Amino acid sequence: MNKVLTIVKKNMKQYTMMLALLVIVIMFQILTGGKLLFPMNVYNVINQNAYIVILAIGMLLCIIGSGSIDLSVGSVVGLVGACAGTFIMKWNWDPYLSILLCMGIGILVGFWQGFWIAYVKIPAFIVTLSGMLVFRGATLVILQGGKAIPVFPDAFKQFFVGTMPEFIGVWEIAGMKIYLTCLLLGILIAAAYCVIQVLSNQSKKRKGYEYASTGALITRLVIISTIVVWFFTILARYKGIPAVLIVLGVIAAAYTFITQKTVLGRHIYAMGGNAKAARLSGVNTERLMFFSYVNMGFLCAIAGMVFAARLDSATPMAGDGFELDAIGACFIGGASAYGGIGAVSGSVIGALIMGILNNGMNILGIDSNLQKLVKGLVLLAAVAFDVLSQGHVALPWFLRFGKNKPEATLHASAGGAQGRVTLRKGKN
Amino acid sequence: MASTILRMENITKLFPGVKALDNVNIDVVEGEIHAIVGENGAGKSTLMNVLSGIYPFGSYTGNVFYQDELCAFRNIKDSENRGIAIIHQELALVPSLSIAENMYLGNERSTAGVINWDLTNQQAAKYMKIVGLNENPRTLIKDIGMGKQQLVEIAKALTKDVKLLILDEPTSSLNENDVKKLLDLLIEFKHEHGITSIIISHKLNEIEYCADRITIIRDGRSIETLDKNVDQITEPRIIKGMVGREMTNRFPPREHTVKGDVAFEIRSWTVYHPQYGDKKVVDNVSLNIHHGEVVGVAGLIGAGRTELAMSVFGRSYGQKITGTLLIDGKPVRLGNVPQAIQHGLAYVTEDRKGNGLVTSNSIKHNVTLSRIEFVSKRGVIDKDLESIRAREQKETLDIKAPTVEQIVGNLSGGNQQKVLLGKWIFAKPDILIMDEPTRGVDVGAKYEIYQIINQLASEGKAILMISSELPELLGMCDRVYVMNESKLIAEFSREDATQEAIMGCILQASKGEISA
Repeated sequence: MNKVLTIVKKNMKQYTMMLALLVIVIMFQILTGGKLLFPMNVYNVINQNAYIVILAIGMLLCIIGSGSIDLSVGSVVGLVGACAGTFIMKWNWDPYLSILLCMGIGILVGFWQGFWIAYVKIPAFIVTLSGMLVFRGATLVILQGGKAIPVFPDAFKQFFVGTMPEFIGVWEIAGMKIYLTCLLLGILIAAAYCVIQVLSNQSKKRKGYEYASTGALITRLVIISTIVVWFFTILARYKGIPAVLIVLGVIAAAYTFITQKTVLGRHIYAMGGNAKAARLSGVNTERLMFFSYVNMGFLCAIAGMVFAARLDSATPMAGDGFELDAIGACFIGGASAYGGIGAVSGSVIGALIMGILNNGMNILGIDSNLQKLVKGLVLLAAVAFDVLSQGHVALPWFLRFGKNKPEATLHASAGGAQGRVTLRKGKN
Repeated sequence: MASTILRMENITKLFPGVKALDNVNIDVVEGEIHAIVGENGAGKSTLMNVLSGIYPFGSYTGNVFYQDELCAFRNIKDSENRGIAIIHQELALVPSLSIAENMYLGNERSTAGVINWDLTNQQAAKYMKIVGLNENPRTLIKDIGMGKQQLVEIAKALTKDVKLLILDEPTSSLNENDVKKLLDLLIEFKHEHGITSIIISHKLNEIEYCADRITIIRDGRSIETLDKNVDQITEPRIIKGMVGREMTNRFPPREHTVKGDVAFEIRSWTVYHPQYGDKKVVDNVSLNIHHGEVVGVAGLIGAGRTELAMSVFGRSYGQKITGTLLIDGKPVRLGNVPQAIQHGLAYVTEDRKGNGLVTSNSIKHNVTLSRIEFVSKRGVIDKDLESIRAREQKETLDIKAPTVEQIVGNLSGGNQQKVLLGKWIFAKPDILIMDEPTRGVDVGAKYEIYQIINQLASEGKAILMISSELPELLGMCDRVYVMNESKLIAEFSREDATQEAIMGCILQASKGEISA
């Protein structure tokens, strides 16, 4: 019995945040009387939160690499939006060229901040605080004192707020429309996932590496495929796949790959864990630091265009406060403020938790001032729960219930930061 | 007959999956120096953490009696109030605060929250005098050496009216002079102030020197307690208890005759301090190592040995570095660490937690970090291959951990050291610079590390071994260089090298009688 419990406990810890997301979804699904998972609402939630997810992924690399954050992302989002508006609407430049130019601007911003942080070694907090002011100022200047530039052409918007075109057709069943391309894609993704997993497991078996047992493999494949197909079915019932979901999918997959499978990713984790040791192992820590801020700039540019396309205008205060959402998403998703720990999947889940809270509370018609309060508390609660569940914390006497619970202080000396490692590294 | 000050009965402490302590019993008599010895991971530090309340009452089973009273310490504060002070292996001082501030940290001399600095400094000076620390109480911790920092810790304990002083590996970062001073200090405390000490150490000669009684712990169990007046306390006797077998030879035998060509050489190597540009930390040093040779570098702490090693290793220390570096007779310029690694150099740091390991990462990730290209293709890591390679290191080096996924920070010191070695062996170097390779490592693991070093030498690798433990250098090396005050002052062949000769040489040089 005890054994079963420890197994459950161990897996619980690995999936804490995923469970939290699930609980929040179910809670709002009940509170809103099923409105949360209406196909149209799911579609909107994706569009509303895409830019936060993108920013959170960029922020995650900065946090893993050095525990430092980027305060300027909101302003850079505004700047990129303003540039896109000016290029396309004012100067009538080609939308595709403008998209590339905007990415270039994001990268340049990254070069600028990365230079001061990585090579001149000014703390990131200060450089990006300066950036927050500088780029917001630049946004206002470009928009000539803050006049918004409205309406983007479809050529620009199609990548960011459009819906993937329907290739096969729409199937009508019992008054419900099913977009077949979307459904098919969902099935294909699930199938591809299964095939890849089975093949890699077999190759592991053949090469004599550790492999999953057939039972465990099948359970995992069934659960994941069901979720994927179910999710795409919801989307298929509305308009199909939102374009930004594809952008998001590509970015999330690419960065998961980079962080988990590449030398670059490994070096970032090592630098965040112990920069001196990484340097003495031949890791070029300056270049890595520089890279993480250049990368942040690049992702800011994408997020900036997504946001501008969604608003359908370049506005002076676009992106205001996004940095806090992105940082919050990373920490909810289990990243350590000391660096070295975190995962892309965690940040994505963190951003989704924030997004669904927003959306759920909106549906319920909760006052927007109150919403901020709730979000702030959720951020604290998520991290506090994480830390407390590790049992490294000796609470002051007035918060202690009962007398000296032994399990609450079990491995007090292992150190809080290390305890969180085991939790978040489940993916490796 | 003095009374028992501390009795720990049937202490059992469980960690998830591990029984760290298994019915440990220990008696400490008032006014004695009681040594606790055991291999890495035997449970010594865990036992002291139970005693001092770091593992609070209730998280272990068994009873702790202190001055004939059953103790239920909830935290360190509780045990400190009873006069128990613990000084950890890693010092807990704030580098940017002064000596006096550190001594009274958390125990400030204040009235109504306002600190009386004059009183603080005056009282600090009083205790500093007792421990023989000749510094200004206002000097910052970061400006004094490790040996003196250790004394500050002890002085700090004294300010709390300590009756039982626990020192966890107090000498692991001290040189021989400071070690002697420290041990004499403990003996003086015993005689003059009636302070009881518990000392945990790997260095058996030190224990032999100062301890009245010795408790041996092995695999979480207390094996036996030896008494100076009853038993014959000798190193072999202690080692036998620790490892459960007689260890006749502390250093594994090796052929010292075969030598290849010169693998590595530096000529007139000079390095300046990274912050103080006019201070030479390495002054005109020339040395060489042959293939298959183990060459030692002796010297006091601060002699410039680590600085030499790090400046050679891709210029990772110092500035204005001049001199020639030759590998297999060819001059090369190693401008950064990747270049050094590419040229077959490896530097096993003395500071494994600070400079060596990413303690939040797994064994696997640490082992492959410096040569990750060995397990990756075009920047993508082959994780399965990586696991296999890491497992190979774990098995050859006998790293005690359930899997290579284990987080390094959770391993014992000796096993961490093995991970560090494994990391550099994985890098397939030709020239290994080992800086204090057995620091904080117990006798059994030391022997294993010596075997590894011999194995590497027999494979034709050139090894430079920096150590503050002279017996280790004498037992292992083919030749020994001696450094003092940033200069190379002598070279001894295996035949001529004796502890007396080397120490004598250093002491004379310090007086200025030998000039390089």
